[in-house]
Amino acid sequence: MSTAIITRRRAPAGTAPRVTWPRVLRSEWIKVSSLRSTRITLAVSFLLMAGVGALTAAVTAANWSHMGMGQRATLDPAATVLGGYQFAQLAVGILGVLAVTNEYSSGMIRATLTAVPGRLPVLWAKTALFSAVTFATMTAAALIGFLAGGSVLAGKHLPLSLSDPAMLRAVLGAGLYLAVIGLLGVALGFLLRSSAGAIASVVGILMLLPLLGTLLGSWFKDHVSPYLPNNAGSAIMTTHQAANTLHPWTGFTVMCAWAALALAAAAYALVRRDA
Amino acid sequence: MMIEVSGLVKRYGDKTAVNDLTFTVRPGMVTGFLGPNGAGKSTTMRMIVGLDRPTAGSVTVAGRPYARWPAPLTEIGALLEARAIHPGLSARQYLLALGATQGIGARRVRQVLDLVGLGSVADRRAKGFSLGMGQRLGIAGALLGDPRILILDEPVNGLDAEGVRWVRTLLRDLAAEGRTVLLSSHLMSEMELTADHLIVIGQGKLLADTSLAGFAERVTGGSVRVRTTDAARLRDLIARRGVTVSSDHPGVLTVTGLESDEIGTIAGRNGIVLYELVPQHASLEDAFLELTRGAVEYRAPDPGAGLGALPAMAGRTMS
Repeated sequence: MSTAIITRRRAPAGTAPRVTWPRVLRSEWIKVSSLRSTRITLAVSFLLMAGVGALTAAVTAANWSHMGMGQRATLDPAATVLGGYQFAQLAVGILGVLAVTNEYSSGMIRATLTAVPGRLPVLWAKTALFSAVTFATMTAAALIGFLAGGSVLAGKHLPLSLSDPAMLRAVLGAGLYLAVIGLLGVALGFLLRSSAGAIASVVGILMLLPLLGTLLGSWFKDHVSPYLPNNAGSAIMTTHQAANTLHPWTGFTVMCAWAALALAAAAYALVRRDA
Repeated sequence: MMIEVSGLVKRYGDKTAVNDLTFTVRPGMVTGFLGPNGAGKSTTMRMIVGLDRPTAGSVTVAGRPYARWPAPLTEIGALLEARAIHPGLSARQYLLALGATQGIGARRVRQVLDLVGLGSVADRRAKGFSLGMGQRLGIAGALLGDPRILILDEPVNGLDAEGVRWVRTLLRDLAAEGRTVLLSSHLMSEMELTADHLIVIGQGKLLADTSLAGFAERVTGGSVRVRTTDAARLRDLIARRGVTVSSDHPGVLTVTGLESDEIGTIAGRNGIVLYELVPQHASLEDAFLELTRGAVEYRAPDPGAGLGALPAMAGRTMS
């Protein structure tokens, strides 16, 4: 019989076992960076974001001679080269969902919450990490789409330059927008806990809600549509403000408010519910 | 270093999973947490580590609620379900992520992986893990923080014979080091070999809280099997208040409430020939089944029923 194992040595200050925010963040980083599926989905999002933008720009350039003056005038070069966000947002939103629901479906969440019984640090760490990773990769992808698409459009006398503050805002905005979409996915994952339900919600919010604008008539289109999360948020990626859209930063703020609401609901559910 | 459960209640809608449980789990021994499936063992264990919120009552671990420990994994290690790991992670990554939350590093992870015998598959993705490997990983997770208290929910499920023996030895060693070990099972046979103390629950209620030795003593007095040429006369002779005689075969009586000596004496005095006079000791398993008889959620019909034989345990009381 030995008591050696239970008499613990006093660890030096700062290294003693204790749950801290940076440590929870590190734990979540180990999970995210270890998973092959995360890397693959991020790579797909990257390709969609950069590739579709370049492709749209190329198609626009090819059609340039057939476009009327009016069409040319209303063309938003930023929206053209950043158009990949429409596809990338689905991949990013679903990735955010799965970062959470995979833990629920495997049962690992119970180990996670046993290690961090305060629970909220897990939510904040997942959202912070996920937003940061998405912002970094998607801003890089937006930049590549911008450079590739921009060089094509430049041939049509549509010079795009990052020294144009609106353009710089749009490119950075693509990263910000997708980071918030990812965060929304994480929040929905914690709220619904099932992959199927949360993915359906992401698709519904990003694809189906905006359709209501075209179905429910002009009042809805004028007064509700611009405030839907992705309609509001995507304003930050435009350089020409279209009708029925919010000002870029106003729109982005509205989107952030939606995300904050979802996060608050997720935090409440996480703390109140049995795991 | 005790787990103290006091007046614990957990209701889901109108179903009461745990009904006013009070017990204490002490250090230095293995406490078996025993009950039929659905008795509320897992729910109780989840409440101990704060995963489920009690409807009423409280649980403390080494003097405070689990969630109030700054580094909970170093106080109490829990295995609540096997293979609860993201299939894309390896065993090492899983433990690193778990330990990282409280500053437990790669060296300790390597130690526990070797300890549970997963050292050679530490970097394989968990997707292909067998239930047995999942259990070993769960045990590694429980030991990660070198905790003073361990709770394990059905840890030997899915383990092979060698694995079962390994867990048994491990738990006995941990208890011998002075740690508190709470181990749940629905099988008495497992407890007989591992536990020092038993907490038996059924339908969420406490049925027994006793040492294993004490439980053995409670085993209803044992019976005596008698084979004789003249069962009917012997039955009449020994019949009196407090004696139960039953018979599942012609010429064979099962007598409770009388010692074999007394039966033999009565038979001898009356010239009844006995072929067998065998004291039967009810096993702990029988005692457990008897104790939880009314508290089993799902039960197959009595195998003897409808075959014309006398129900084995019902007997006939003579008075």
